[in-house]
Amino acid sequence: MKRLHWVDYGLVIGFLALAGALTAASPVFLTWSNLMNVARQVSINGLLAAGETFVVLSAGIDISVGSTMALAGAVVAGVGLAHGFALGGLAALLVGTAVGLANGLFVVRFRVPAFIATLAMLGIARGATLIYTQGRPISGLPESFLFIGNGWLGPVPFPVVLMLATYAAAHVTLRYTAFGRYVYAVGGNARAARYAGIHTEKVLYAVYAIAGFLAAVGGIVLTSRLASADPQAGVGIELDAIAAVVLGGASLFGGEGSVLRTLLGALILGVLNNGMNLLNVSPFYQEVIKGAVILFAVVVGNWRPRSQGQFKTGG
Amino acid sequence: MKKRLWFIAPLLTAALLLAACGGGGAGGGSESGGQGGGKKQVTVGLALSTLNNPYFVTLRDGAQKAADAAGVKLIVADAGNDLSKQTSQIEDFITQKVDVIVVNPVDSDGIVPAVQKANDAHIPVIAVDRGVNGGKVATTIASDNVEAGKMAAEALFKALGGSGKVAELEGVPGASATRDRGKGFDQAVQANSGIQVVAKQTANFDRSQGLSVMENILQANPDLNGVFAENDEMALGALQAIKNAGKAVKVVGIDGTDDALKAIKAGDMVATVAQQPEWMGKTAVEDAVKLAQGGSIDQAFTAAPLTLIDASNVDQYLK
Repeated sequence: MKRLHWVDYGLVIGFLALAGALTAASPVFLTWSNLMNVARQVSINGLLAAGETFVVLSAGIDISVGSTMALAGAVVAGVGLAHGFALGGLAALLVGTAVGLANGLFVVRFRVPAFIATLAMLGIARGATLIYTQGRPISGLPESFLFIGNGWLGPVPFPVVLMLATYAAAHVTLRYTAFGRYVYAVGGNARAARYAGIHTEKVLYAVYAIAGFLAAVGGIVLTSRLASADPQAGVGIELDAIAAVVLGGASLFGGEGSVLRTLLGALILGVLNNGMNLLNVSPFYQEVIKGAVILFAVVVGNWRPRSQGQFKTGG
Repeated sequence: MKKRLWFIAPLLTAALLLAACGGGGAGGGSESGGQGGGKKQVTVGLALSTLNNPYFVTLRDGAQKAADAAGVKLIVADAGNDLSKQTSQIEDFITQKVDVIVVNPVDSDGIVPAVQKANDAHIPVIAVDRGVNGGKVATTIASDNVEAGKMAAEALFKALGGSGKVAELEGVPGASATRDRGKGFDQAVQANSGIQVVAKQTANFDRSQGLSVMENILQANPDLNGVFAENDEMALGALQAIKNAGKAVKVVGIDGTDDALKAIKAGDMVATVAQQPEWMGKTAVEDAVKLAQGGSIDQAFTAAPLTLIDASNVDQYLK
C-alpha cells in the first residue's frame, strides 16, 4: 500500500494509547454502542475538518466554517419546511458552496489574507444566519428528515457512513487526481506551481468551495441531529476543525498533511471528549486536559528527523 | 477598488458626525430640562450581552415595546458576549449622553469600571438579567437563579417519586447562572435523600453539546432515571439523545423557551422554569423612563417572576 510516514505511526500509537487507557478506566468505553456513539459525535467535526484539510494543504485557513455550517443548517430547515427537504438540502449545499467561493474570491481576486477574509466571513455568515432565523431556532422538522443525523445503516449510524464516504472521496481526490497534486503543489510553493503551469487561482477557488460545501453537509447533519436549526450552532467549532487538522500533523504553512491523518485527529478529540464524560471528569479540568493533549501532539508532531524529507505531493 | 474606498470614507465620516451631533443634541436637552420631565426626548441605551440567543432577543423586544409605548428613543448595543466590546459600547453611550443606561452585563465583575464611568458622568445605570458587582446601580432586575434551579430540581424529583439516579447538565463553567442554578439543584438534592447524582458534566448551555454529552452519560449510566439541565437548550439536546437511545429518562430544564414548551406539550419533557425576559426588558425601560423624568426607584433588587411550567399549565404559555 502507501508508504507510511513516521507521523502516521505516532498518531496511531497516540490514538491507541488513549483508547487503551480509557478501556482500562471505564468498562463501557470499548463497547460497540459507545464506539458508534463516539463516531457519530465526531462526524460533524469530521466533515468540517475534511474540508479544512484541503484549505490548509493549499497554505490557507478557513475560520468561517462554523458560521457557514450554521447558515446552511438554517437554510435546510427554513427552505425544507417551505418547499420540501430535497430542495432544502440543495439550497443549503449551494449556500455553503457560495460562501466558500466568496472566500476564494477575496483570497484570490482581492489578495486578502485567508485568515482575514474568512474572519470577515465568520461574522457575515453568522449575521446572515441570525437575520434568516430572526435569532430563534427553527424547529418542527419532520421525522423523515431526521434520518440523516440520527438514522442507522445496519450497525453504523448514517452520519458516520457519510463522514467515511467523504474521507474516502477526499483521500482519492488528494492522492490520485491531478487536482489533488495541484493542491499540494500550490500549498508547497505557489510560485513554482504557477511556473509549472498550474492554474493556482482555480485551485484556490476550489479548495474554499470544498470547505464551504462540506461545512454545509455538516450543517445539514447537525440540524437533522438536533431536529432543529439553532442560530448559535457551531460557535467556535472551527477551532475544533483546525485542531483536528493540526493534530493530524498537517503544516499550517501548506503542502504537508493528509486527510486520513485529519480523521485520526478528529477521532482523538472525539474519544477524549467521550472519555472525560464517561469518567465524569470535572468540567474545570476538561479544558486543561484537552489543551494539554493538543499541545503534546503538536510538540511531538513538530519533532522530526531532519534528514528525512517531507513529501510534498500526494503520490 | 481603492478609488471606491476613498469615496466611502468621507461618507462614513459624515454619517458618524451626524450621528454624534444627534446624540449631543439629545444630551444637551437632558442637562437643561432634566428636572422638568416629559417634554424632551428621552434616550435610553440598552447594552445587551448578546443577541445571538432567543432569550435576549425576547428581552430586547420587551424593552422596545415599553420604549415605543412611552415614546422614548431606545439605542440597542449587542456586545456579542465580548466584555471589552460592551465596555466601549457603554463608553459610547456616555459620549452620546444618553439619559439612562440599561446594562445586561457580559460579566458581572468585568463591567464594573464601565459602570463607574457612567456614575462619574451622572448617568443612572440599571442592571437587567444579571447583576453588577460594584459601582452604583439604580436597581437590578433579574430572576433568582438559585430559586429557579431549586424549582426545576424539585419538579424532577417529584416526577421521579423521590428516588432515582440523576445527571446534571451544567452551563458554561464559572458563569454566575451555572453557579446559582447548580446551587439550587444541590439544595434540592440535599433535601431528597432518595436522589443519587451519578454525573455532573458541562454542555456549555448548548443544544448540540447537550446531545453529545448526554449520549456519553447514557453510555456510562444506562440505568439513569432523570436529567436536570441548567437551561432548556441542553435539556432539548438531552431529550434527543434519550429518544435515540430508546430510553425513558425524565428531563427538566430552565428558561421556558418555545421549543421546551412544545416538548412539554408533547409529553417528552417534564417541566421547565420560565424566566420572563420580555417582562424584564419592559420593566427596565419603564424604570429608566422614571429615572430620566427625575423620579427614583425604591428597591435595589426587583425579582422577576418565575413560573414552573409542566403538562398541567403548558397550554396557557404556548403561543
